[in-house]
Amino acid sequence: MTAPVAPAVTPAGGGRRRGGRLGVLAPTVPFFLYVGIFLVLPTLIVVVGAFQGNDGAFTLSNLSLLNTPSVRSATLTTLGLSAISAVTGAVIGGLLAYALATADPEGRLRRTVLAVCSVLAQFGGVMLAFCFIAAIGRNGSVTQILFDLTGTRITTAWLYEFPGLVLVYAYFQIPLMVIVFLPALDGIRPQWREATETMGGSTWTYWTRVAGPILMPAFVSSVLLLFANAFSAYATAAALISQANPLLALQIRGALSGEVVSDQQNTAKVLAFLMVVIVAIVMALYAWMQRRASRWIR
Amino acid sequence: MTATLAGITETPPDQGRSLHAGRRRSQRIFRWAIVTLVLLFFAVPILSLLDSSSRLRGGGRDWSAWDPILQIATSSDPSSGLIREGLLNSLLLVVATLVLMLLLLIPTMIWIRLRVPYLRRAMEFICLLPLTIPAIVLVVGLGPVYRRVADVLGTGSVWLCFIYAILVLPFAYRALDAGLDSIEVRTLSEAARSLGASWGTVMFRIVLPNIRTAVVSASFISLALVLGEYTVASLLARRNLQTAIFLVGQNNVKTASALALVALALGFVLLFLLSLVSSRTSRKATP
Repeated sequence: MTAPVAPAVTPAGGGRRRGGRLGVLAPTVPFFLYVGIFLVLPTLIVVVGAFQGNDGAFTLSNLSLLNTPSVRSATLTTLGLSAISAVTGAVIGGLLAYALATADPEGRLRRTVLAVCSVLAQFGGVMLAFCFIAAIGRNGSVTQILFDLTGTRITTAWLYEFPGLVLVYAYFQIPLMVIVFLPALDGIRPQWREATETMGGSTWTYWTRVAGPILMPAFVSSVLLLFANAFSAYATAAALISQANPLLALQIRGALSGEVVSDQQNTAKVLAFLMVVIVAIVMALYAWMQRRASRWIR
Repeated sequence: MTATLAGITETPPDQGRSLHAGRRRSQRIFRWAIVTLVLLFFAVPILSLLDSSSRLRGGGRDWSAWDPILQIATSSDPSSGLIREGLLNSLLLVVATLVLMLLLLIPTMIWIRLRVPYLRRAMEFICLLPLTIPAIVLVVGLGPVYRRVADVLGTGSVWLCFIYAILVLPFAYRALDAGLDSIEVRTLSEAARSLGASWGTVMFRIVLPNIRTAVVSASFISLALVLGEYTVASLLARRNLQTAIFLVGQNNVKTASALALVALALGFVLLFLLSLVSSRTSRKATP
């Protein structure tokens, strides 16, 4: 297919043989074939399956599943959990990132905290669930210490419900916020603050008129990323809550393991489709915001 | 406004400096306060793992829950069996995923940069796609695909590497892309080509050695991800380290706590090594 390549005297682009145009694509085929099978195909199976009846014919009736009480409440709970944990994570993580931005960039404090954050942002899942059960579960260390100090045993059932999920999710949302927001804070130049002061601006003016507006797109885009992160999370909640399925991701678990009695074979696919749509919308907003944020931060 | 301006021009330089010093001091107090608080929040659950893996109900310590882990090779405890199986599978998965990921990404990325740059956008888009498609969604669609895989290759847990290579794609791609950005791939390859090197030589003897550190960081991050993966493994009913922790936790919470602590420590070490590697490159880049 590829004739012996003429030496470099051939000017680039000029005089390419017609057969070479396709030949030059050949080395990229394995990659695209692979992602086709293991990424694109599963996604298509979900999307197509969401609109297929039990007989395989096209139908919209699966979508009525989205209006059942359990799915509706799971959707609302997931949206609420994602929003609350994203905002909490963004505020606390943002403060921590600011603390690091004002520290010596080569210093030990910043390097250590960043390393810790990059680990914790990845380590959700079973280990995290066990961490919190060990801390504030019924026989948890914190529970025990509080008992020893005050003589009262705090209730621990909330750990396995919505408030517990918010707390546990904060554990990976805060570090993620630090990682995604710190570059924006590093983009703020000290000269801007000096310029504000030279012109007579106070700290308040600086934050509301200069730094705030510049950081806002980056902050909003970080919140969106954290939202999508919480929305897609599965492992932590799955390890923490094994009895009920209060989240969309857990509803999918129920559908896959056949717990949900339903005459529709494609329940899991409809739920998965709903998740993809919501995450896609959030990520599209994220990409748009990110473009606006990059105007100032490079 | 004018008054303030006048005031500032009249301020002796000394006072300006002390104002800055004051701000710096309050910044330092704020910095240590927030860092301490958040690190405490990070540390308490992890320390609780250690504490509750050994605390006895009436007080005192008993480390026997660590036995199935410490004597993992010899113990006949059912927990040990689960851990052995999960750990072995996870290590196999790490190797398989790394090989697959590097083979898929590096040649394609270099080739696209050199010969078909118009595909770069498409490749980037595809590589970042797994960030937008939740793993739980992929699992739903992977059911039929993995039934095919099982027909051909069997149901061994190691074949999870196919999907793990997809899951690590965004992180590995970014690391490698940054590495390729930092060298002049085109200039290097044109120089090599004009001296008569083949495309294979360009790839493996010119470009690859120059992006060694990027390869290392892509590998570390993939390693950490594979060791921490639970969603796909548990829903496709395969066994790895994380499903082992979960299963052990069903019967023996103390041992599961100990195991989670070991896995967490392992991840810490790996990612700390990663940050060492990447900080060394950035120092090299700016002499």
